[in-house]
Amino acid sequence: MFAYYLDLALRSLKRNKLLTALMVLAIAIGIGASMTTLTVMHLLSGDPLPGKSAHIFYPQVDPTPADWYNKSHPLEVMDDRSALDLWNAHRADRQALIVQSPVKVSAPGVDRPPLMLTLLATTSDFFPMFEVPFEYGSAWTPSDETGRARVVVISSDLNDKLFGGKNSVGKTIRLRDSDVRIVGVLKRWRPTPLFYDAEGGFTGNGYDTSYYAKPEDVFMPYQSALEVNDGNFFQFTCWGNGAAVPGHLEGSPCLWVALWVELDSAAKVADYRAFLQNYAQQQKKLGRFANTDTRMLDLMQRLDYEQVIPKNVRLQTWLAFAFLAICLFNTVGLLLAKFLRRAGEIGVRRALGASRRSVFAQCLTEAGLIGFIGGVGGWLLTLVGLWLVRRQQTPYSDLVHMDTSMFVVTFALAVAVSLFAGALPALRASRIAPALQLKTL
Amino acid sequence: MQIRPILAALKKHKLATFLIAMEIALACAVLVNAVFLISSRLSAMHINSGVDEASLGAIVVTGFDPKQATDLNARMIAGLGAIPGVESVHAISSVPFGPQWGVSGMTLDQAGKQPGAVVEFYDGNPGTPEALGLKLVAGHLPSADDYQPLQGQDYFPASSRVLITRALAEKLWPGENPLGKQFWAAKWQFRVIGVVANLSVSQYTENGEHGAEWCVFVPVQASGQLVGTYLIRAKPQDLERAMTEARAAVAKIAPDVVLDYANSRTIGHLREYFFKNDRAMAGLLVGVIAALLGVTAFGIVGLASFWVAQRRKQIGIRRALGATRADILRYFQTENFLIVTFGIVVGVVLAIGINLLLMKFFEVPRLPLWYLPIGVVVLWLLGQLAVLVPALRAAAVPPVVATRSV
Repeated sequence: MFAYYLDLALRSLKRNKLLTALMVLAIAIGIGASMTTLTVMHLLSGDPLPGKSAHIFYPQVDPTPADWYNKSHPLEVMDDRSALDLWNAHRADRQALIVQSPVKVSAPGVDRPPLMLTLLATTSDFFPMFEVPFEYGSAWTPSDETGRARVVVISSDLNDKLFGGKNSVGKTIRLRDSDVRIVGVLKRWRPTPLFYDAEGGFTGNGYDTSYYAKPEDVFMPYQSALEVNDGNFFQFTCWGNGAAVPGHLEGSPCLWVALWVELDSAAKVADYRAFLQNYAQQQKKLGRFANTDTRMLDLMQRLDYEQVIPKNVRLQTWLAFAFLAICLFNTVGLLLAKFLRRAGEIGVRRALGASRRSVFAQCLTEAGLIGFIGGVGGWLLTLVGLWLVRRQQTPYSDLVHMDTSMFVVTFALAVAVSLFAGALPALRASRIAPALQLKTL
Repeated sequence: MQIRPILAALKKHKLATFLIAMEIALACAVLVNAVFLISSRLSAMHINSGVDEASLGAIVVTGFDPKQATDLNARMIAGLGAIPGVESVHAISSVPFGPQWGVSGMTLDQAGKQPGAVVEFYDGNPGTPEALGLKLVAGHLPSADDYQPLQGQDYFPASSRVLITRALAEKLWPGENPLGKQFWAAKWQFRVIGVVANLSVSQYTENGEHGAEWCVFVPVQASGQLVGTYLIRAKPQDLERAMTEARAAVAKIAPDVVLDYANSRTIGHLREYFFKNDRAMAGLLVGVIAALLGVTAFGIVGLASFWVAQRRKQIGIRRALGATRADILRYFQTENFLIVTFGIVVGVVLAIGINLLLMKFFEVPRLPLWYLPIGVVVLWLLGQLAVLVPALRAAAVPPVVATRSV
């Protein structure tokens, strides 16, 4: 039966090429616009650590003074003393301190000008906790941290630039004026969004696209990095007189260190929240804290809180769907015209014994076919749209592509939209009274 | 023209009429808001930097030891100044559309209780305001002894005599004479000696806490934190070449530093780059509007054609009874006008609703009401144009059709 309806639908579509073309075009444009933005949204709103993100948390305390003008507590990052206190307590399954700083990198014996890159000062749990893949070598050990060893892990990008992608474990690079030894080289790693970055503590409010940038190029044990790149650290903010020496923030009344923890069970999460609260209370008793507000969001909550998805992209998505709605109305109107124009034909079919249901099914088949053809057009337009997005100057431009799921969604959406649009006209068509139509023939 | 028979005919096609009207309504709502978004993007792009953009460029270097600031500044200023065509080189903390340097909250009292504004500080060495081309509107430019050396790696002198913009003066002391007024930021004290017409912040965002021109110029000697960014001034026709040579010269002047290639451009290039995404968004919106109007027109053409085909016989009868071609043409045009008007009424309400939502979730300003009549007129014209072809076809129906059975 379906094959017969399909044949009828094809014949009907061929009969009025202009009307068919208008409908297919409307659906194709609507689908192209909405799928382009939906693909970008899908990319930007993804879970950077699927299966694990529910166990990753971002604890925050508030060391700012009571008369601090900024009323949002706690602020994005912590002072180093609070962060180190929490870290030294070792209450989490895994935990990593995070501080970024710009650093000059060169390699002895490599003929190229020095590079300015970002150095991530962190702790060894960072790599297993965030499932960072290694191409060569491995992370440093906790004893490297206590021994303040001059060791680094580098990104595959940097390894390609300096060593042509060859195994560079054991080689030396120069960070500012210090020689450091490479112990590990990462595989290509592009967590999207770059969730662990506190961005120097500025909430983007949806206007910052740096959450989609590449990860840092050089990773180093926390204390070693603080020594090697001393004088080049940037605070989110300071109170009182700030840092005595600019760029040297250890022990200063400044916010600049972030902490991430992994907590593998609900009980541990509850324990850690209590621990965080106790810590804040205890620091208040000691007179170091004025506020005991704490916050601990999990990874996805944290991304929501930071509003990492750029507002432009959200706006474009709404726009695209408003546009799709217009295309939908348009298609409903045109399908109505098309079906009712064939009132005579439908009347004959009904008189010959076709049920309302089969007339309805036939009309829907025709609508679905239009949707499918529109879907092909929409898919092509989406590819054009994504090409345009890739040409934009955004940190995520290189990531934009259509994956299998989005390919399937394109056609599903196109057919769904056309069936939805076809339902009402098909219902109207199936209600046509055969006798009235036969009389006019 | 009788409207009654048209309305009676439309009553028979309630659903189709409703659909077209809704399509028009949605189109009107999206059109008005999209045009408004475009114009606000474009006006953001016309921010007045207050500097002679055509004659200025920046060279930005990083990766040096902060202790060598004074020495590096001397080498860079001398080395870049020797390039043919370069009129002057100044050490400046940042330039409009370049990397941000000194955004800070400031207070109107020393104790820090009376908040003033979040402002952007520009440090510059002697001659910088003149090189930037700042236009003084009150007070005087810093004299030679206003330019103080920075201690160690400090950002500002303990107490300095500064220039502020007219916009900032209005914000801090509305209606008062700003000259001689004081303000504080952390441990630093500032006193206003002059007011300039315009100077924009380096990285202006519409959502930020600070205004587009809330800026302070602090005169200092090239030392301390004032290092690494250099303002190049050249005649507009020499600028591009001078900048190319300047970028190449850095490797010879200071082989140990890293040139920030992306930010070492003319101010014009930096500006263009800064607004690239705004331009892309505006372009996208224009595309959406074009496609939107196209699709709406298709819808009208399609449905009107259907109605014409359906009413061939009735048209024939009317013609046979003495209606002229113009009557038939006018009938379809009036019908379209009525449907579009109905859609527009709903659309205007919808447009305001969408704008309210945008204001709530996307910090879009309120829609000026004069955008609405523009949308209305555009859709009326679109409707009349779209219906023209089917209506002409209707007018061409010969009266003899009335005598035929089909």
